[in-house]
Amino acid sequence: MSEYTKPLPELEGHTKDFYGFCKQGELHFQRCSACGTWRHVPRELCAECGSWDWEWARSSGRGEVYTWTVVGRALHPAFQQSCPYAPTVIELEEGVRLLSEVLDVAPEALEIGMPVEVVFEAVTDEITLPKFKRVAAS
Amino acid sequence: MSQAACIVGIGETDFCRKPGSGMSQLALQLRAATAAIQDAGLTPRVIDGIMPFPNLGRAEQFAANLGCENLRFAATIHTGGAAPVASLQAAATAVNAGMATHVLLPAGWNGYSGARVRQTVSQDVASIPGGAIARDYYLPFGFTAPPQWYSVMARRHMYEFGTTPEQLGTIAVTMRKHAQLNPKAVMHGRSMTLDDYLASPMLADPYRFFDCCLETDGAAAVVVTSAERARDLAAKPIQIMSGACGQPYPADEITNRKDFFRTGLSIAAPEAFGKAGIGPSDVDFAMIYDCFTFELLQQLEEAGFCKRGEGGHFVEGGRIELGGELPVNTHGGLLSEAHVLGMSHITEAVRQLRGEAEGRQVEGAEIGVVTGWGDFGDGSIAILRR
Ligand SMILES: [Zn+2]
Repeated sequence: MSEYTKPLPELEGHTKDFYGFCKQGELHFQRCSACGTWRHVPRELCAECGSWDWEWARSSGRGEVYTWTVVGRALHPAFQQSCPYAPTVIELEEGVRLLSEVLDVAPEALEIGMPVEVVFEAVTDEITLPKFKRVAAS
Repeated sequence: MSQAACIVGIGETDFCRKPGSGMSQLALQLRAATAAIQDAGLTPRVIDGIMPFPNLGRAEQFAANLGCENLRFAATIHTGGAAPVASLQAAATAVNAGMATHVLLPAGWNGYSGARVRQTVSQDVASIPGGAIARDYYLPFGFTAPPQWYSVMARRHMYEFGTTPEQLGTIAVTMRKHAQLNPKAVMHGRSMTLDDYLASPMLADPYRFFDCCLETDGAAAVVVTSAERARDLAAKPIQIMSGACGQPYPADEITNRKDFFRTGLSIAAPEAFGKAGIGPSDVDFAMIYDCFTFELLQQLEEAGFCKRGEGGHFVEGGRIELGGELPVNTHGGLLSEAHVLGMSHITEAVRQLRGEAEGRQVEGAEIGVVTGWGDFGDGSIAILRR
């Protein structure tokens, strides 16, 4: 297996926990313990109500395509072999949005509102990235 | 009204791609700075305020090279491409508060021959406010650079409002048309049709190659002083009627905004127009930060030149061309003149208001707007008057 050369997250602070859950095959986001608001990316306190109390809560992993771009020419050398690929904003059922990718849909077949579900891609021994696949409309 | 601080000097280097400026980034900016100081009829020694562009040099370096022995005010507004216009407001406030008398605003880089514009952010995200977020949550997925970050907004706008590729193309073609009137423009002598635009390769769909700004070497600078001091100087003073800045929410993360199209300018523009006591319809031209075609369209909407969702229609029919209802970027902008980080939008606005925009003068130009856009949608605006 060739070495993985794409950029990786730095496992520090809350980001370490976020990707730690991914490695276990679960998608978690912070949820405010006071008002119940979900949030992403990780923050220190709730911007809605000001509470410092929060927990990692498991997402259903289901959501839909909100928007995307199709990269035809990579602007980072590590992605040159991947073009065309489509960084995609997924809006999850809990209301938070996550930048990811839909693995089993060609870029030209993506549609806003397309229902998707999280899958996990272990790219290195340490790092697992949350990706998505298409599911039938419920 | 007479109390408004003024732009009293402008300066620019040549703008180029190959073979490059042949100068360091600092030297390039110093060339533009000395030209601006000379244009104002001042000597470098009297500059006592310097506002460098983020990450492109320090006030100390500029002062030491220029001989500014009495530097009192040094500040940088960290809003990326929105910084030069944001600095106009800050410089105006500084001179009116007596913090400095003559403030220099330099900006410039070797965006072609040095580290290319495309590399500066995508491989060094630490330079932007959302750097760690981009590193941990964008880059691993190949979402690495501004055209990609902003094109997701453009696609969503197309979905919600029916904005078309032809409308984005009209912006690119208009900027190119204006560049034909500007001998300094890198794209002078290289015309472009809508078919050329549509045939250009997709870089970050819906952004084609020609939706994206140029990568060039070049610098520009302006000098700001008080209204009182401006009266004694050589150049015709251009008043800074008002200025304002704003940030989207959250500013450091682009995907989780409740209102996907509310950017810094959405906050700044009403404030600036309110302070100036005028509305968008009172403006004779607009210099809009055009890093990409859609950002120009989006800023026209958020600045209030048209309603949100109507930008695509607004740019059609020659409305933003010289001679149209609202001439936009008569120099050709970042798309077809050069990428001078927004500073050449200010120098062009000043030329228009002085009546010195040879061959592309907006007839009777009295009031003009300049905007800036940076990072994940930070915004700035200044309303200028002759
Ligand atoms: Zn809360």
